[in-house]
Amino acid sequence: MTRKHRFNSAKLQDNLFKFFALLCTGIGLLVLAVLLIDIMSKGLERINWSFFTNLPSRHFNESGIYTALVGMISLLFFTLLIALPIGIMSGIYLQEYGTKNWFARFVEINIANLAGVPSVIYGILGLQIFVRAAGLGNSILAGGLTLALLIMPIIIVATREAIKAVPNSLREASFGMGATKWQTTKRIVLPAAWGGILTGVILSISRAIGETAPLIVVGALVYVPFIPEGPLDKYTTLPIQIFNWTSRPQQGFVINAAAGIIVLLAFTFLLNGIAILLRNRWYNKIRF
Amino acid sequence: MSASSLVSVFTTIGIIVVLAVDSFKFFSEVSIIDFLTDTEWTPLFENKHFGILPLLTGTLLTTIIASLVAIPLGITIAVYLSEYAPKRFTLIVKPILEVLAAIPTVVYGFFALQYVTPLLQKFIPGLSGFNALSPGIVMGIMIMPYITSLSEDALRAIPNSLREASYGMGANRFQTAFKVMIPAASSGIVVSIILAISRALGETMIVAIAAGQEPKLTFNPLESVETITTYIIQVSMGDVPQDSLEYRTIFAAGLTLFVFTFILNNISYWVIKKFRQQYD
Repeated sequence: MTRKHRFNSAKLQDNLFKFFALLCTGIGLLVLAVLLIDIMSKGLERINWSFFTNLPSRHFNESGIYTALVGMISLLFFTLLIALPIGIMSGIYLQEYGTKNWFARFVEINIANLAGVPSVIYGILGLQIFVRAAGLGNSILAGGLTLALLIMPIIIVATREAIKAVPNSLREASFGMGATKWQTTKRIVLPAAWGGILTGVILSISRAIGETAPLIVVGALVYVPFIPEGPLDKYTTLPIQIFNWTSRPQQGFVINAAAGIIVLLAFTFLLNGIAILLRNRWYNKIRF
Repeated sequence: MSASSLVSVFTTIGIIVVLAVDSFKFFSEVSIIDFLTDTEWTPLFENKHFGILPLLTGTLLTTIIASLVAIPLGITIAVYLSEYAPKRFTLIVKPILEVLAAIPTVVYGFFALQYVTPLLQKFIPGLSGFNALSPGIVMGIMIMPYITSLSEDALRAIPNSLREASYGMGANRFQTAFKVMIPAASSGIVVSIILAISRALGETMIVAIAAGQEPKLTFNPLESVETITTYIIQVSMGDVPQDSLEYRTIFAAGLTLFVFTFILNNISYWVIKKFRQQYD
């Protein structure tokens, strides 16, 4: 009798937890659904061709995201131009060459720390170093440099993970054929790791296009009625345009903000989707 | 190639030097005792006070609310996904939940201000338009996937033999999960929580949009508060003259924030190194 009773209470405990856990999972999924539905219902009406081609304006129904989109793409160009070579090279060095010495360990602790530094602090760094000390002002270049520092830890870590996943048998086969360390890295390891590195790069792009706070600190402008033409021009980006519209009292701008968010989320989801597909394909290919 | 690695070292040094230099100039004009004990923060007003406490309580308040949402939800879901759920369910649900962590924070700010706050106002009549509660909850949802994902990974890394031994002793899934698996994966779970808290401390746009810009020494979640990060944004958007005392406040505030997240990050690094249990 007692044994049966205990058995039942154990089962009840299990079922209660299951119910509670499903409820928690449901809350997470529900919030995501509500967020998407809420934003769609508010912003979808504003999405039309002129929303993409119009300059910002005082009148909400004439306002568009043209300058924000151009600003975002130019900013991304400079960010990647700087972050990609340095980040990938650094990842290769740490994983293939420097795994045993104190310098590599020191750099590793550094990167772990940098990944945890709030993005707004990167903004302060960019403000003092690039905007002021280097005299770049509120330019795309200063913003790009700041974002490059911000996403570099992501690229380094992704590169290292991708290289780590390359089976050692490939390296040994290459060494066995008389190849040097660098030849092996360049011709065997990197091509095999490429899918993983690319996944990390795409995720870092997704991170960069959504960043707002550090760009506000380095002076991305809230109102830019013109297209940036060179790296030293002033600019705005989509998240900053959204932030600006969100903080306006008029309902019309709230609709604009929601419409801008739909565009931003479309980019974010697209990039993340590509990254997941790429990672799965690469992961299946690399496991022999 | 080792030179490219120096960039990350220089970034760290750069952050510390930049924060330290202007904070040093700041503290040559404002006493550090005032900074730490004054209960008012009014650098942009006529009657200037430089007490960091109101910004600190604002930051802690929103972070605590976020943690209260994220930790129980995150760990429960992690345990469910690794110990209970069919594999297929986990494969579908985990990536969907991770979408929550990929959404740009300005979007969450909009959601907190335009949807969650009006919703909460229906249940809590006294809730002001800007408050700590709504962005706190939304921030909790945002950081929850970090806890779920990393804790689930930690639980999955525990060898099956432990699980089977527990079942063999007659334990049910719940007992196995909470008495065997969670203790075994505790270092990974603790790290996931620390990382999530550190994210919440430094989160900017959600609180800048939905929590308000009133530095207030309060732990009342229904009132509007200002966080350290919001203050930095507020000054950046205003036209404070460069090299003024007002301008330097963002460095002192930034340094305070940096110290907190730096300590948390190092604790997590230390937990990983010291307490990671190897099962081979």
